[in-house]
Amino acid sequence: AGFREVDEDFFDDLEETLISADVGFDMTLALSDVLRDEVKMKNVRTGEQVKNVIIEKMVEIYEKGESGLSTAIKENPDGPTVILFVGVNGVGKTTTIGKYAHKLKNEGKKVLLAAGDTFRAGAIEQLEVWAERVGVDVVTSNSGDPAAVVFDALKKSKEENYDYLLVDTAGRLQNKVNLMKELEKVNRIIAREIPGGATETLLVLDATTGQNALIQAKQFKETTNVTGLILTKLDGTAKGGVILAIRQEMDIPVKFVGLGEGMDDLQVFDPEQYIYGLVRDLIEKK
Amino acid sequence: MAFEGLSERLQGAMTKIGRKGKITEADLKEMMREVRLALLEADVNFKVVKEFVKKVNERALGSDVLESLSPTQQVVKIVNEELTELMGGQQEPFQFSPKPPTVVMMVGLQGAGKTTTAGKLASFMKKKENKRPLLVAADVYRPAAINQLQTIGKQLDFPVYSLGTEANPVDIAKQAVEQAILDGRDLVIIDTAGRLHVDEVLMTELKNIKAAVNPTEILFTVDAMTGQDAVNVAQSFNEQLGITGVILTKLDGDTRGGAALSIRSVIGKPIKFTGQGEKLEDFEPFYPDRMASRILGM
Ligand SMILES: Nc1nc2c(ncn2[C@@H]2O[C@H](COP(=O)(O)OP(=O)(O)OP(=O)(O)O)[C@@H](O)[C@H]2O)c(=O)[nH]1
Ligand SMILES: Nc1nc2c(ncn2[C@@H]2O[C@H](COP(=O)(O)OP(=O)(O)OP(=O)(O)O)[C@@H](O)[C@H]2O)c(=O)[nH]1
Ligand SMILES: [K+]
Ligand SMILES: [Mg+2]
Ligand SMILES: [Mg+2]
Repeated sequence: AGFREVDEDFFDDLEETLISADVGFDMTLALSDVLRDEVKMKNVRTGEQVKNVIIEKMVEIYEKGESGLSTAIKENPDGPTVILFVGVNGVGKTTTIGKYAHKLKNEGKKVLLAAGDTFRAGAIEQLEVWAERVGVDVVTSNSGDPAAVVFDALKKSKEENYDYLLVDTAGRLQNKVNLMKELEKVNRIIAREIPGGATETLLVLDATTGQNALIQAKQFKETTNVTGLILTKLDGTAKGGVILAIRQEMDIPVKFVGLGEGMDDLQVFDPEQYIYGLVRDLIEKK
Repeated sequence: MAFEGLSERLQGAMTKIGRKGKITEADLKEMMREVRLALLEADVNFKVVKEFVKKVNERALGSDVLESLSPTQQVVKIVNEELTELMGGQQEPFQFSPKPPTVVMMVGLQGAGKTTTAGKLASFMKKKENKRPLLVAADVYRPAAINQLQTIGKQLDFPVYSLGTEANPVDIAKQAVEQAILDGRDLVIIDTAGRLHVDEVLMTELKNIKAAVNPTEILFTVDAMTGQDAVNVAQSFNEQLGITGVILTKLDGDTRGGAALSIRSVIGKPIKFTGQGEKLEDFEPFYPDRMASRILGM
């Protein structure tokens, strides 16, 4: 593809591109200022150079100097590795668990799922279908108590030497105090059974979400020790640019991205590729 | 925790430039900057924001804002009125078919709230309009989608029509309507699978369902937390399908919900209902004035 010139209009367009990618107003201005300086400093005029400078600089900002920021999921050497999936309603928690279980199984791991969403209609059955589809085990209960299911699953995972326990939770909006408390309770149960608590707590965010995702990240971080983000539904036209602001404010890295509804549609987050996707329309001549 | 409201923003800006009482045109410009920011933070589409701020600015100049002793309140008032107007001014009613059953299609992106809202709408129509709904499980793709709708049907005591996951959604919809006629059901609500607006195969499926059952309402269900892309998605569903209305879900969160304004002003289709929670009674008609206040953080 050809690349456009860096002229007066270029930075206006850049700002529009970033805002329409949900990067947010403040973050957009901050980025555009930095990029303006960078382009001036490196005396970039045309073509491919601009693309490289912009992507390089934005990746640098995202990584905050920790180049090659780890997307690896921590492991619990004493086994099992317990991963708690949290987030607001409908973002893709259950589906992501299915996809991730598939990935782990392919790596030869012994995986157990816990159907910790005892609230939403059809939630348990949904996870059961995923477990069957990818060929892993699942612990369910009709008790209606997520803590009880998680307790049973922890026990089973230890007794039967599972490598991974992936815990599904009900979707909850971050401003629902009682539901957030329920999450604390689940965390306490895990911490009682596994020294140090959940190995990872992954907050699932939907790429179509706007600025509210920043509040989601803050509130969930307050209740649970969120260690990573998963950005789903990037196969659509939304870009999930709010993760840049989240990363700026709170140091939580994105670990995976969701690119569809199938079991292979989960990819390790690649900042360079992601940022290229954010600005692609701007720098490739249409 | 949430973002700052417009009133505080304007007040803050005026304090910063040390203005009390009367303002100049330059101050007004500063105010418009704050309006723009507040709307962007509320996820109103940036193109809509541009147009809107221009309009508000003109109206402010044409009125007595510059002479007013409480200019910030005046601006807030204008913005609020214009937003309300832009969102349709008043409540738009749900349409019934003159020849029952009234057929409704629930459509939208994945996870927007279609299945839950199908149940809520059925329950609302029974209570308010004394309707006898039939819920239709036309999502054969999402794991346990049918089970989800059946559970909701059981909770509400409404029948759910299903042909399992092997049947074609177009056939399911068609046969469900025939069944409704036989059973004297006067409202048929079809739950379709979530899909991307750019998924040609699945969008064609929706067109085929529409052609087969001739729905009175095609309700685009959208998550109130949606960002800038809401407009593209809504526009695309509308172009391909001709939607008749919008349902805004998850308004029980702390989102400002600017997507609502964006969709309404770009595609011109009314927002008819809102979802206010996970429970099946958390559902009500859409009120533009309340939504305007919400977007402005008032
Ligand atoms: N296009 C696309 N759809 C996805 C992706 N991830 C999940 N989905 C779909 O989004 C919808 C919601 O996914 P779920 O996994 O049920 O979401 P959840 O967060 O578990 O939802 P609740 O448990 O109800 O809060 C389903 O239709 C999924 O198939 C993705 O990466 N891309
Ligand atoms: N808090 C809240 N949650 C809601 C509301 N409406 C739906 N939900 C939740 O959002 C999630 C997704 O709802 P669904 O009804 O499964 O959404 P859907 O559009 O049918 O999803 P797909 O069929 O996968 O495309 C579930 O957890 C619902 O309980 C609402 O108004 N408020
Ligand atoms: K969503
Ligand atoms: Mg789930
Ligand atoms: Mg559904």
